Amino acid sequence: MTDAKTATGSWRAYALVAPALLVIAAFFVFPLILSAVLAFRSKGGDFTFEHFVKAWDLYRTDLLFTIGIVLLSTVLIGLIAIAIAGYLTLGENPRAVAILRWLYRWPLFIPFIVTGQVMRTFLAKNGMLNHVLIGSGLIEPLSAQSMLDWRGIVIAFVWKQAPFVTLLLAGAMASLEVQHIEAARNLGARRLRVLIDIVLPQVRGTLLVGLVLSFVTMLSVLSVPLMINPNSPTMITVDVAYRISTLSDYAVANALCIISLVVAAGAAWFYLHHSAQKI
Amino acid sequence: MLGMAVVLGLVAFAIFGPLANLFLWAFAERWYFPNKVPQEFGFTFWARVFSPRGNALESLGLSVWIALLTVVFALAVAIPAGYALARLKLRWRGLILIAFLLPQAFPNLPVYVNIARVFYEIGLNGTILGVVLVHASHGLVLAVWIASAAFASVDPTLEEASRNMGASPWTCFRTVTLPLALPGLIASAIFVFLESLDEFTGTYFVGVPDVTTLPLLMFNASMGGNYQIASITALLLLIPSIGFMLVVERFLKADVLAGVGR
Repeated sequence: MTDAKTATGSWRAYALVAPALLVIAAFFVFPLILSAVLAFRSKGGDFTFEHFVKAWDLYRTDLLFTIGIVLLSTVLIGLIAIAIAGYLTLGENPRAVAILRWLYRWPLFIPFIVTGQVMRTFLAKNGMLNHVLIGSGLIEPLSAQSMLDWRGIVIAFVWKQAPFVTLLLAGAMASLEVQHIEAARNLGARRLRVLIDIVLPQVRGTLLVGLVLSFVTMLSVLSVPLMINPNSPTMITVDVAYRISTLSDYAVANALCIISLVVAAGAAWFYLHHSAQKI
Repeated sequence: MLGMAVVLGLVAFAIFGPLANLFLWAFAERWYFPNKVPQEFGFTFWARVFSPRGNALESLGLSVWIALLTVVFALAVAIPAGYALARLKLRWRGLILIAFLLPQAFPNLPVYVNIARVFYEIGLNGTILGVVLVHASHGLVLAVWIASAAFASVDPTLEEASRNMGASPWTCFRTVTLPLALPGLIASAIFVFLESLDEFTGTYFVGVPDVTTLPLLMFNASMGGNYQIASITALLLLIPSIGFMLVVERFLKADVLAGVGR
């Protein structure tokens, strides 16, 4: 294929890409490097771990809390996405499938910050959730609790991210060979069996991508924990914000950031390790 | 059959319950526990939000203005890059594509925090330009990928035909490639616009104290206990996003997204 444009020299191609790369270098790579520098540099300018030690001392609970919450949310998101996408693929009631397909997508278009506000009122002691539970007789008015703690954060995360993973998963399931599913059903397999043994193994890659992306996203959300549960134990994003806006302590704040980067890298490694094992 | 109906009902409550709660608060005048619904409904808070002295209109205008500038900046950089990645020979094309994927794969808090610090040193903190730069660098990632896909989907034979008829590369781009890629470019513009409108974390660090976008206003109102104002501004934030969703509903076909992750 004769492409006149490439014959004019690839310097033009690099010139076109250069501004975008420059922006990435200046506004992404450079801050990350700066973060590492600030996290490891002592007041005298030497390499030190003291900021990490201080971060661990002060925020040990919050660090474990963050990882626990995000892991729990990721697991719940996976289960819900599999359930919904599975029903959309294997469901036999066309009207129910259509309704579910229309329903589950709404939270996709609700930004995290609005999710924070929405959950802040919904899960409060006087929020709609409690009203419905009381109204349907499931709990006593006196025992109504505010869910504005770790449970609220998990609920907000799952509410916002599950539709995203479901969308990816439903797409992957829709492109599977229908013959596999039909063959299994003809042999008498129940739908749950088909889901677990036939459908899931084939969409494993997409599920992993969705879950890892969700994990990394949730690790760095500030709005949701700030609005639902800013008091300790809380997520480290809140601690970073506090460290900077109140104490201007960039060293410890960046130490916390580096730790969360390491955790995210762990998730990425997990994904690469498991996606490489494709059959 | 009944079981499925119950499950669907629960799903509908899980999805719309929180949103309905938002609506109730947006139109409430007074609402105290243990009343299930507000004691009084009214538009007082709407009047307060939209009053000339109110901050909400100013924040809305600022948010929209910043979002527009972000789109202009992001597209100005992303369109050439997307074109080069789709059509031209680049030795490190794979690596460059990954470079554009990285920002989405990393927690962005360290990035925002340290950008804010650098901006503070050079005086860009609390300025509109600073916020636009932060929003654009975040939206650039998505814009480049979508632009690259949009240009790649243009039929190369059409471009070759125009070149064969004597058009210069720029004319060919202007009259053939760009119009054909336009739907994809518009989609990326909308994504960047919405991301900028709803952006909170970056603006929280870079924008304070002078640049108060709508998300920041909503946040301040909510933390101050003013749930009516917070809910009204939340509704304002939802309108562009939900509107876009309803318009693009038919493009979100499940099988289109099957390619992700392969």
